Amino acid sequence: MERRVVVTGIGVVSALGKNAHQFWEALVKGESGIRRIEQVDVTGLKFQNGAEAHNWEPQEHFESKQLDFVDRFAQFAVVAAREAVADAGIQWTQSLREQTAIVTGSCVGGKATEDDSFQELYLRKKTRVSPLTIMRTMENAGASHISIETGITGPAFTLSTACSSANHAVGQAFRMVRSGDVEMALAGGSEAPFNFGHLKAWEAMRVVAPDTCRPFCADRLGMVLGEGGAMMVLENREAALARGAHIYGEIVGFGMSSDAHHLTQASTEGPARAITAALRDASLQAEQIGYINAHGTATQVNDPAEVAAIRLALGGHAERVAVSSTKSMHGHALGAAGAIEAIATILALRNSILPPTANFTKPDPRCDIDVIPNTARRAEVEYALSNSFAFGGLNAVLAFRSPR
Amino acid sequence: MTEEMIGRVTSCVAKCQKLPPEKVTIDSKFEDLGIDSLDGVNILYALETEFNVSIPDEGVLGIKSVKEAVEALDKLISAGGANATAQAK
Repeated sequence: MERRVVVTGIGVVSALGKNAHQFWEALVKGESGIRRIEQVDVTGLKFQNGAEAHNWEPQEHFESKQLDFVDRFAQFAVVAAREAVADAGIQWTQSLREQTAIVTGSCVGGKATEDDSFQELYLRKKTRVSPLTIMRTMENAGASHISIETGITGPAFTLSTACSSANHAVGQAFRMVRSGDVEMALAGGSEAPFNFGHLKAWEAMRVVAPDTCRPFCADRLGMVLGEGGAMMVLENREAALARGAHIYGEIVGFGMSSDAHHLTQASTEGPARAITAALRDASLQAEQIGYINAHGTATQVNDPAEVAAIRLALGGHAERVAVSSTKSMHGHALGAAGAIEAIATILALRNSILPPTANFTKPDPRCDIDVIPNTARRAEVEYALSNSFAFGGLNAVLAFRSPR
Repeated sequence: MTEEMIGRVTSCVAKCQKLPPEKVTIDSKFEDLGIDSLDGVNILYALETEFNVSIPDEGVLGIKSVKEAVEALDKLISAGGANATAQAK
């Protein structure tokens, strides 16, 4: 028999603060973490704003020797995992460590390290680079450091599907716990995309807003890059209840699809099929969904396509469901986005408050659904979805249930 | 093996391992300093940069102490001064 999968621990590092508590406080207030980028000299960039993890001091979390080996993106994964594990109150045994999985998502991994290292070759004409380059750059570094630090010896891997990475990661972890493959999983994602070369690459795509992220607005100008890490402890519900763990909420379904369409042009059918697959996996009817944490990047292409996909998948219920894009506050943290938004969704269900779409100005007639503009809303919701749709047309949708 | 050379090597090792400089001497064994294989390649990289030389892969395995590192560097610098300079740019 399939097991029910609950979330018993959460950890978030983001532009909205150093932990899950600060993250939620900001979401409820509709506060945006988007500011002028500080890590990179933005002279010569067409955009100057991003959602950085403000005042991030790696020395607060790692010994200086250890820091040489850990890129910023992996630092976020480890610190978020520490918070989630402590929050869940796990008492490790050797057997539990063997039956716990780690699944992380990351789109760009340690690109900042790579950028620095390759400057030695290309710019300074050196003949060698640091031997730590590979260890810091590899996308699985977060998962590996979490395993080394916690002593978890079960299955561990990293998924990289651009902006859907963390949703794919959480979805796989969910299924491994549900099937009984493992008793527990640490799942989420992390990203640290702020380095000059990478920002220039985004600039070239012409999808980044010069000011802020305004999802579903008529005057939206694009996405705003974010960074951070978010990790959750997923656990077999029976085991969680037996040990008296605090239950934040339940993951009840996961759906995936691919567009087979275009690298960047959004499809309606692909995302809609992922939503439908998540509903089917959870044995839910569209009418049972009360909230959707949208992919909501605020690019010209994404938002109307996502609204159309929600309409296609949910039918008439799309006119009644509440939808918001919290990327308006924590930015688009690429491979971490799904995990950050999963935690936003779980806390929304648990706390009966739906976070808003911040920075909202005026509605776009092509996105005319309820997007919770600017002000959080009190609402008892039992079931919610969280959407992630990646460049390259890879879609992943998670379905959650409130703990009540 | 000059005092200056030893000083440069010990300070390089201490910096990589985040150890107080006085902890690292010519008699230090890498194992005693907690230097594992990945630390080792990192230290060799720092030494290559410090002395503008290229330590060949086949010479690396034998280097397990500060003294062996100094000796290897001495040999490289005296044998291949021109080569070392060419690598250095």
